[in-house]
Amino acid sequence: MNWLGFRTLFIKETMRFTKVYLQTLFAPMITALLYLLIFAQVLEGRMDVLGDFSYTAFLIPGLVMMAVIQNSFANSSSSLIQSKVTGNLIFVMVTPLSYLEIYLAFTLAAVLRGILVGLSVYIVALFFVQLPLFNIFYIIIFVLMSSAVLGTLGVIAGIWAEKFDQLAGFTNFIIMPLSFLSGVFYSIHSLPPLWQTLSHFNPFFYMIDGFRYGFFGTSDVNPLFSLGVVATFLVGLASFTLYLLHSGYKIRD
Amino acid sequence: MSIAISVKHIHKTFFSVEALKGINLEIKQGEFFGLLGPNGAGKSTLLNIMSGLTRADSGNIAILGHDVVTDYRSARLNLGIVPQELVFDPFFTVREVLKIQAGYFGLDHRCNAWIDELIEALMLSDKTNTNMRALSGGMKRRVLIAQALVHKPPVVVLDEPTAGVDVELRKSLWVFIKKLHREGHTILLTTHYLEEAESLCERIAILNHGKIVALDHTTTLLDQGVGNQRSATLFFTETPPPLSQDITSLISKQDRLSITVEFDLSRITLPVLLEQLKKQGCKVRDIQTEQIDLEDIFIDTIQRNKP
Ligand SMILES: Nc1ncnc2c1ncn2[C@@H]1O[C@H](COP(=O)(O)OP(=O)(O)OP(=O)(O)O)[C@@H](O)[C@H]1O
Ligand SMILES: [Mg+2]
Repeated sequence: MNWLGFRTLFIKETMRFTKVYLQTLFAPMITALLYLLIFAQVLEGRMDVLGDFSYTAFLIPGLVMMAVIQNSFANSSSSLIQSKVTGNLIFVMVTPLSYLEIYLAFTLAAVLRGILVGLSVYIVALFFVQLPLFNIFYIIIFVLMSSAVLGTLGVIAGIWAEKFDQLAGFTNFIIMPLSFLSGVFYSIHSLPPLWQTLSHFNPFFYMIDGFRYGFFGTSDVNPLFSLGVVATFLVGLASFTLYLLHSGYKIRD
Repeated sequence: MSIAISVKHIHKTFFSVEALKGINLEIKQGEFFGLLGPNGAGKSTLLNIMSGLTRADSGNIAILGHDVVTDYRSARLNLGIVPQELVFDPFFTVREVLKIQAGYFGLDHRCNAWIDELIEALMLSDKTNTNMRALSGGMKRRVLIAQALVHKPPVVVLDEPTAGVDVELRKSLWVFIKKLHREGHTILLTTHYLEEAESLCERIAILNHGKIVALDHTTTLLDQGVGNQRSATLFFTETPPPLSQDITSLISKQDRLSITVEFDLSRITLPVLLEQLKKQGCKVRDIQTEQIDLEDIFIDTIQRNKP
């Protein structure tokens, strides 16, 4: 293992987003808080949520996880496509870094950005509402694994896309709908049966549901089952990404 | 002497284009080697296979004995490549870029002194904290060279390092590359300027349509007449009188007050030509010699190498 090389790529990927923190950290936090203000204002008291918690309290973990999901994905995918389009990915490709090291560095930087945005949304939200904390283990494990899944998906999208609009398509037609329809704004128990069933096929649903369990101690499905689903996705996607990198798909002629 | 770069039976096809058709080549340690060839000959493709940016369909390449695919870590530690395209990372400054590149190769802050040395040698001292985006093309080219050298690779491969670089800078780049060579680095470069290859390279290979059509010591190739073709345009103060047959046979283009001649140095030299023109009553006002056109030389070489 080329530890120093891996560390350098990880730090570089981190610097890449911290250098433009207004866009990569601050803006997503503001977006999440806008959702919080608007939805909490409009829907408080009208939504049927889990247990006796307020709708606003219910909403916050969802918004935090949605921010984690979208920003982890955005980080690795936009970094890769930019490097590909501008051609500077070659600076990484000519080094002794292995595919595993490259994959881990991109994904961990994405995890870090997801966590930073998620944490800032959480901290600011605490000014608005009291939030219980049932079991921090679930909170941490779901944030880590979900951001890793999305960082990995970002690597896949970044490898696959050849142009920025293809990546925008991936984001807008896959990541955005799946994250909005995953139960951020509602408990799926309040949905008609068909939509409830369909929600169970959405991997993001398990991320949010398990994450919420860490705060409230109740959830739509068993959190260990959610954990299993997310872990399976992570292993599957990571293996697929390593296979893609190994095959040279779209990055080595 | 051991082999710095060994290329065996390399084939590469892009969709329908057969870019490399079985390349065999051995470059010795400490050699200064030139790879010439017209646009699209396959030079960059071959270099990119060496650096791992492209994969060969078959055949293999080893850098100091390390296969570039199966033993890529060692191969890449021993190789520095300056790409043909002017690529850069717009997020970072010159110094950041160099430190990052060194880090990829597993080097820590102990290589800072070497980075300083590179910055100095490539005349980037007043740009170290400038963002890559804000550099001129020639400066970006120098950063690319520095990036390729951060890990002190014994084998250095340069893909047209002087393309788009002004005369002044080109000269200083050659001084720098010659110094690397004197210090023991093996140098492989591609260029479109024959004069460069002539004055620098000990051996030259000419690539055309994915095949090596000539491979020899530079002096041998030049003795065979490669690079003896010259082209010059002569401007007169008044319309010249009818010229003798041995001169008109050289003319490729003629206007009222000028003629363009193409000739072989082994047959006639410019001073002799001028003397003859003077004798025939021409008043030469100005002479413009063309950059020696490599394409013609390649075509010439390729013709002569046809079975
Ligand atoms: N990524 C690619 N996809 C498809 N075709 C390619 C690719 N790279 C190179 N080629 C083709 O392979 C052939 C060799 O190209 P290469 O870039 O190696 O030429 P070159 O000798 O470096 O030319 P130049 O002097 O213009 O740099 C060309 O016909 C080119 O179009
Ligand atoms: Mg080329």
